[in-house]
Amino acid sequence: MSGHTTELVIFTLLFLVVSGMGFVAARWRRPESIESLHEWGLGGRNFGSWITWFLVGGDLYTAYTFVAVPALVFGAGAMGFFALPYTVVVYPLVFLVLARMWSVSHVHGFVTPADFVRARFGSPTLALAVAITGLVATMPYIALQLVGIEAVLKAMGITGHLPIVIAFAILAAYTYQSGLRAPALIAFVKDTLIYIVILAAVIYIPARLGGWDSIFDAAKAKFDATPAKGDGILLTGANQLQYITLAFGSALALFLYPHSLTGVLAARNRGVIKRNMAALPAYSFLLGLIALLGFMAIAAKTKPVAGANGKPDGNTIVPVLFDQMFPDWFTGVAYAAVGIGALVPAAIMSIAAANLFTRNIYREYLNKNATDAQEAKVSKIVSLVVKVGAVLCILALDPQFSIDLQLIGGVIILQTLPSVALGLYTRWFHKGGLLAGWALGLAAGMWMLYLIPNPATGKAHFGGSAFGLSNLGFDTTMTIYAGFLALAVNLAVAALGTLAFRAMKVADGEDATSRADYFADEGDPRVKELDLSAPH
Amino acid sequence: MTTPDPGRPRTDRSPWNWLLVVPIVLPLLTFLYNSDEPRLLGFPTFYWLQLSFIVVGVVCTTIVYRMTR
Repeated sequence: MSGHTTELVIFTLLFLVVSGMGFVAARWRRPESIESLHEWGLGGRNFGSWITWFLVGGDLYTAYTFVAVPALVFGAGAMGFFALPYTVVVYPLVFLVLARMWSVSHVHGFVTPADFVRARFGSPTLALAVAITGLVATMPYIALQLVGIEAVLKAMGITGHLPIVIAFAILAAYTYQSGLRAPALIAFVKDTLIYIVILAAVIYIPARLGGWDSIFDAAKAKFDATPAKGDGILLTGANQLQYITLAFGSALALFLYPHSLTGVLAARNRGVIKRNMAALPAYSFLLGLIALLGFMAIAAKTKPVAGANGKPDGNTIVPVLFDQMFPDWFTGVAYAAVGIGALVPAAIMSIAAANLFTRNIYREYLNKNATDAQEAKVSKIVSLVVKVGAVLCILALDPQFSIDLQLIGGVIILQTLPSVALGLYTRWFHKGGLLAGWALGLAAGMWMLYLIPNPATGKAHFGGSAFGLSNLGFDTTMTIYAGFLALAVNLAVAALGTLAFRAMKVADGEDATSRADYFADEGDPRVKELDLSAPH
Repeated sequence: MTTPDPGRPRTDRSPWNWLLVVPIVLPLLTFLYNSDEPRLLGFPTFYWLQLSFIVVGVVCTTIVYRMTR
């Protein structure tokens, strides 16, 4: 594949530079000792506005997003654009919630959302449910970052799994050594590259394709010609409810993912978080433009590379489009941006998963008197295990399995909303009610996802998240986001369960937090109590 | 950073918070933007109007932050 030599050289060079930064990061803003979860897992809990912006942005807008969202727009049109309203709605939605989460976590030294649930509802069982849900939802997400790298490698004509194993081995090594400091430092490079590539793409590619008008017209012509009813450059009557509930449901779910909270808890004070809620939409703008790459690929008549099963792999359309449009050296830069874009979230996700295991399983059930150093040690090792698991997932199983799991992940992480997000506002729910709501919400979500077919790929089950209301006996072709409906079941059960447990006088857990904890800020005596070297 | 009045418990309540509802609800009203015409710079309404909601979000969130800190 000599045609891709320049691309490959630039890709490899940038990848190596970034890996070097990952190792050096351990010395960046150097602590006296990195052997505690506050240091290794949360970067010293002292990141300012800029670092947080790069870190959280680099974490939420992953390589998989960059590859999958335009692929969805390429295949289905307007429906794929849900990613834009989703990321507009999310920041005002969590503006106050995250500030509360930061405060209570700093007063009590929480590292994971399950830590909070444990203290708020006095229930290790509920905390375990939240922790396991978080682990199950995060794991396939890490595996999918590999799909992002793979899409780029495929477009360069590289097959085989060795390059991915090497990339993840390097990633695992520097995450082990530097903890959250590594992705925080790398995020600067990743996001700068992504911004350059995308801004160049949206100026240069439309100019070559005859302007935006002709791009949208080409897309419209393509969708008009297909027999499928749901596609097009506008929404149809049947998929508008799906669009709204998917955007809103995804927004509700985003900051329930443990890895999103990791970036938030690493911030220095409440102001950093609130400023970021106003500044992070810059990435949404980028995401909206990235989504439109799907239409550009239609106008440019891009043909996706065939996947392992011989069918065209939709995820390769953006890399192939870049290859078609850009000079070789710039395509190399663009590929590096996607590849490095996979490393930042993969590192943060594995740290978040490791923290969940350490705090809510190891410390809760295996070693109640774990020291800070022991916690950090366990987390470091678990972060390695998690990455090996992700690689095995992609190598040993059909990548489709990870995609299905990630779809399920979005639905199940939503089921922690009553305990984690509503818990920040009210202590009204009974721990038993929350647990019952969580269980039935999960069951309802899985049942709905099971019933969803995907005619385009011939799958009978787990074919998407658009649940037909006709399944519930309504005479309509309208669909709704399965996670949204599952959350409604969850909330109803949690409320009824709370009333029932109260009526039966079942003992509720103790609340270890007090009202003032939710508003504490940097410099408050209560926050200062969190001496990072002291046991907590 | 203002020091809290010790006599009064701190809170995050403020009438300004209601402004956050605007960017949460607006992007979910599909009837506002689900059309092709009028186009702006070649973008159908569906795309340019939704992209412009980002600005609404930033403005509202920034105002609430500045008025409540």
